[in-house]
Amino acid sequence: MYAANFLLLGAVLFSIGVFGVIARRNAVMVLMSIELILNAVNINLIAFALMNDSAEGHVFALYVIAVAAAEVGVGLAMVLMIYRNRRSIALDELSEMRG
Amino acid sequence: MMLAASLSSGWFLENAFLIPLIPAIGFAVIIGFGRRLPKGGSEVGIASMALSLVIAIGTTVQWIQRVGSADGSSGEHALGGVFGFARSVFPAASEGGKGGEAYVEPVIRSWTWWQSGGLEFGLGQHIDGLAVMLLLLVAFISLLVQIFSTEYVAGDRRYTHFFAALTLFSAGMLVMVLAENMIQLILGWEIMGLCSFMLIGHWWEEAANSRAALKAFFTVRVGDMGLLVGTAVIFFGANQWAVENGSNGFSIQAISGWAMSGEASSSVLFWGAVALFIACIGKSGQFPLHTWLPDAMAGPTPVSSLLHSSTMVVAGVFLVARLYPVFYTGFDIGGTNVNLIAVIGAITIVIAAALAFVQNDIKKVLAYSTVSQLGYMMLGLGVGAWLPAVFHIFTHAFFKCCLFLAAGSISHSGSHHSFDMKKDMGGLWRKMPITAGTWMVSTAALCGVPFFSGFFSKDEIIDNAHNNGYNFFYYVGLIGAAMTAAYMTRATYLTFFGTARGAAAGEHHDEHGDAHADDHADDHGHDAHADDHGHDDHHGAHAGPHESPWRITAPLVILAVLAIGSGYLNAPAVGTHYFTDWVEPRGVAVELESYAGDEGHSEALGLAALPRAEEGYSEGCGYTDPAPGTVCYAPKLNHAKFSWGKAAPSILLVALGIGISTWLSLGVFGGRRNPLAGLTSRFAPARWIHTLLVRKYFLDDLYERVIVRAVAHPISRAAYWVNQNILDGVVNGVGRSGRTAGDWVYRNVDQRVVDGAVKASGVVASESGHALQPIQSGRVNQYGALLFGAATVGAILLILLNI
Amino acid sequence: MSALLATEVNVAQNVGFYIIAALMVYGALRVVSTRNVVHAALWLVVVLGGVAAQYILAAAEFVAVSQVMVYIGAVMVLFLFGIMLTRATIGAETDLNNRGWGVGIPVAGLLLAVMVWAVIDEFGSSVIEEPAAPMATTAISDVFLREGLVPFLALSFVLLAAAIGAIVLARKD
Repeated sequence: MYAANFLLLGAVLFSIGVFGVIARRNAVMVLMSIELILNAVNINLIAFALMNDSAEGHVFALYVIAVAAAEVGVGLAMVLMIYRNRRSIALDELSEMRG
Repeated sequence: MMLAASLSSGWFLENAFLIPLIPAIGFAVIIGFGRRLPKGGSEVGIASMALSLVIAIGTTVQWIQRVGSADGSSGEHALGGVFGFARSVFPAASEGGKGGEAYVEPVIRSWTWWQSGGLEFGLGQHIDGLAVMLLLLVAFISLLVQIFSTEYVAGDRRYTHFFAALTLFSAGMLVMVLAENMIQLILGWEIMGLCSFMLIGHWWEEAANSRAALKAFFTVRVGDMGLLVGTAVIFFGANQWAVENGSNGFSIQAISGWAMSGEASSSVLFWGAVALFIACIGKSGQFPLHTWLPDAMAGPTPVSSLLHSSTMVVAGVFLVARLYPVFYTGFDIGGTNVNLIAVIGAITIVIAAALAFVQNDIKKVLAYSTVSQLGYMMLGLGVGAWLPAVFHIFTHAFFKCCLFLAAGSISHSGSHHSFDMKKDMGGLWRKMPITAGTWMVSTAALCGVPFFSGFFSKDEIIDNAHNNGYNFFYYVGLIGAAMTAAYMTRATYLTFFGTARGAAAGEHHDEHGDAHADDHADDHGHDAHADDHGHDDHHGAHAGPHESPWRITAPLVILAVLAIGSGYLNAPAVGTHYFTDWVEPRGVAVELESYAGDEGHSEALGLAALPRAEEGYSEGCGYTDPAPGTVCYAPKLNHAKFSWGKAAPSILLVALGIGISTWLSLGVFGGRRNPLAGLTSRFAPARWIHTLLVRKYFLDDLYERVIVRAVAHPISRAAYWVNQNILDGVVNGVGRSGRTAGDWVYRNVDQRVVDGAVKASGVVASESGHALQPIQSGRVNQYGALLFGAATVGAILLILLNI
Repeated sequence: MSALLATEVNVAQNVGFYIIAALMVYGALRVVSTRNVVHAALWLVVVLGGVAAQYILAAAEFVAVSQVMVYIGAVMVLFLFGIMLTRATIGAETDLNNRGWGVGIPVAGLLLAVMVWAVIDEFGSSVIEEPAAPMATTAISDVFLREGLVPFLALSFVLLAAAIGAIVLARKD
C-alpha cells in the first residue's frame, strides 16, 4: 500500500468539500459539504496512525466523529429555526452578519 | 548551631488553601440561594470573609512562629543588615550562621489538578511571608468593604449579585496570592479580571459604566497577553532544570531556583521578564496602560476601594515580587542603575501625580494617586528595594482603602451622591467630623508625613533607590513625594474646607441634573441607584450633609487607626523591623538533597516534590552563582540604613508641597488675593499644560482616535473594498467567462450560468435604487471562500518556507 | 515511521483501495453537484460508507464501526429529517447553488494542487507495511482513558451542550 494513497484521497475529498461549502446555497447542503471535509481529515488521521502504528490517530478520529455529530445536531437545529422564521434556508438571504 | 528540623508548622499553615476556598464556596452559595436569604446573600459573603480572615490570622501567627523557630534563640537581628533567605519545601531545618539569616522554608502543598501529555498541573499553596502578608491584607480589607457595602448599596436591585461578585473577586485574589504554580496564578488573575468587569459595570444601565467596564477589561487583557507569553517562555526555559530537580517549569519555587541558578539563558530570562512585566503594566495601571484605572471609578465606591486601590491593582506588583528572581536576573537589577521596571515606575509616578492636580472628581484624584503609588511600588522593585515595595503595598492598602471609603461616605451622606469636589463639596469637616478626621489621617499617611505609615514605606523606597545607586530614580521619587503632598492638600482643601458649595451647602439638585455637563458627568448619579429605597428617610430627616451611619464610619475608623499603626511594623526610625524578619525572603543558598529518601513522608502529607533544603548557606545569592549542589531561591538584597538626615530631604519636600498647595488653594479656591489665581487663563504655557493634563496627555485620544482609526479602520475598509470589488469582480467574472468557456466541468453549467446571469440582472435592476446596498450573493459562502483561500495561501507559504 | 515502511506493495489491497476511492470521489462530486437535495444525501451515504471501507483497509476496525453507526446510522437520518422538515419538495431544484459558486473552483483547485504536491513531495514513493493485526480496541481505550481523558471529558460536555442546544433551538415555543 502506498502511503500517498490515503492522503491523496483525503486531499481530493477535502477539496470537493471546500468547493461545496463555497458553492452551495442550501444550508443543509453546506452542512453535508462540511461532513465531507471532516471525513477527509479523518482518513488522514487514520493513515498517519497506520504509518506510526499508534492508537492516537484512531482516538483523534473518534473525537472528530463525536464533534461532527454534535455539529450536525446543532447545525440542523439552527437550520430548522431559520426555516421556521424565514420560510427559507438559502444562505445568501441571511445577511444579518454584514459588517 | 541549632537543631535540625526545628521549623514549626501548624494546622493553619498546612491548610491555608482554605482561605480562598471558603469565599469560593460562599460565592456559589450566594449565587445559588442568595436571593432567598433574609439579607440577600450579604451575610454569606461577610461570614465567608470573616472565616477566611480568622484562618489568615491563624496562618500569620503560625508563620511568625515558624520564622521564630528558624531564627532560634539567637534572634537578635542587626538592623538594616543584609538579610537573605532561601525557600524550600519541607518544614525541615536550615540555618545560617547568624540570626536572621536562617531561611524559612515556605509551606508548599500541591495536588494534581489534571495532567496532559506527561505534564502535571497542580493546585496548591505556596505560603511564605509575602503570601501570608497579602492573605491577611486581602481578607481583612475584603471584610471591611463588605460591611461598608451592606449600607452603601442597600436596596440595590442587584444587591445579591454585587455580593456574589465581590466574594468571588476576593477568592480570585486569594487564589492568586497563594498560588503554587503559574497556572494557578493565571487562574486567580483571570477570575479577578472577570469580577472587576462585573463590578465596574455593576450599574451597566448607564452607557458610561459599561464602557468603563469594557475599557478596564480590554486594557488589562492587552497586558494579559504578556502573562501567557511570559509563562510559556519561562516554562520552556525552566522546565529542564526544574524536572532535573523533581518539579516542573510551572512551579513558582522551581522558577525562582532556576532563575538564580546561573544556568538560565539570559535572553530567555530577559524576554520572559519583559513579557511578564507587560502583564503587570496592564494589571497595575502602569504607564502607558494606566488609562483604564481612573475610568474604572465608574463602579460603586466600595468596588473602587477594594479593586482599584488595595487589592486587584497590586496583583501586578505582587507578580513582580513573587517572581522577583526572574526580574532580578532578567533585568540585572543588582548590576545596573537603570532598568525597565524602574523606568516605567518612575514615569508612572510623575505623570499620574500631575494628572491628579486637574481632577475635580474626588474619586479620580484618588485613582491617579493610586496609579502614582503603584508607580512607587514598581520603582521600589525596580531598584532592588523589595521589602520597602512590599511594605508599601501593605500600608498603602489601609490608607487608600480608607480614603476611598471616606469619599464614598461623603457622597453617601454629604454631597448627595456627587463626587465633584468643586461643585458639591467644601466645608464638610464640620458636618462630617469622623469622615474628615479619617480622611486627614489617611492623607497624611499617603503624603508621607513623618510618623504616619506612608512615611515608613515610601521613604524607604526612595532611600533604597539612592543606596542602590539608582540616583536618577531617587530624585524622581522625591519629586513624586512633593507632588503627592500637593495634590492631596488641594483635594482636602476642596472637600473639607472653604465654603460649602452645591449639595454640601444643603442644596438638593436633580441627580442627573444639567449641572453635570462636564467630562465627569459619567461619574455622577451612579450611586443614585442606591437611594431609591432605604435611606430616603435619612434625606427626609436631614436635608443637608450629615455624618454617615456606623456601618460606614466603623470601617473608616479601623482603617484610619491602621493607616497610622501599620507603619510601625517596620519603622526603622523607632527601631522595629518585623516586616524584614517575617516577610522578606532570605537569599541564602541551600543544599539540594536527593528527593527520593523522603517520598513516603511527602506522599503522606501530600507535599510537592521539590528540592529539599538542608542546612548550609553561602554568601552572595544573586552576586555569584550558587555552588554545585546548592540552590538559591531569592537574591540577597541590600537594605539602606535609616537616618533622619537622609529622610530630611523628603520630609522637607513634603512640607513644601503641602505648604505651597495650601497657599495656592487658599488663593485660587478660597478667594483671597493671589497673583496666581486665574493663571491658566492669563498665561498661555500654563494653559497648554492645563489642557494637556485635562486631556490626560491625549493618551485616550491616541488609543481611540489614532490607533483605532489608523489600524482598525483601514483594515476594515480594505476588507470591505476587497469584498465589494475584487470578490464580486471575481464572482461576476467567473460567471461571465464561464458562459463563454462552456461546460467544461459539468454538462449543465451553461444553463446554470445563463440562469444565474438572468437572475443577477434581475437583482441588479431591482436593487439599483438602493445604491448603498451591496449587490452580492451569499455572504456566508463568500466568507467561506475567503477563509479557504487564505488557508491555501497560508499552506503555500508554509510549504515554501519549509523547503 | 520509517521502520514500518516496507518495499513490497500488496496489489490486491491497492486495487480494492482504488475501486472504493473512485466510487467515493464520484459520490463526493455528486454530493456537491446534484440538483436534488435528497440525492445529495444518498450520495453522501455512499461516500461515508466508502470512508468506513477505507478504515477497514487501514486496519482501523473500531473507527470503521463507529463511522457506520454514527454517520450512516445517526447523522444521515438527521440530514434526511432536516431536508424533510425544511423543504417539502422532493425532486430537482433549480437554485441549489449560489450565484457566486464559480469562485469555489479556483479556490478548491488551488487547495487540491497544494495538498497533492505536498503529499507527493513527502510520501511519494513510501510504502506502508501491512499491519499484522487490526488496531486493538483495548489500545484505543487505553489512550482514551489515560492521556486522552481530559479531552474525552471535555467532549462529553460538548455533546451534552449540543444536545441541550439543539433541543432549545428546535423546540417550538
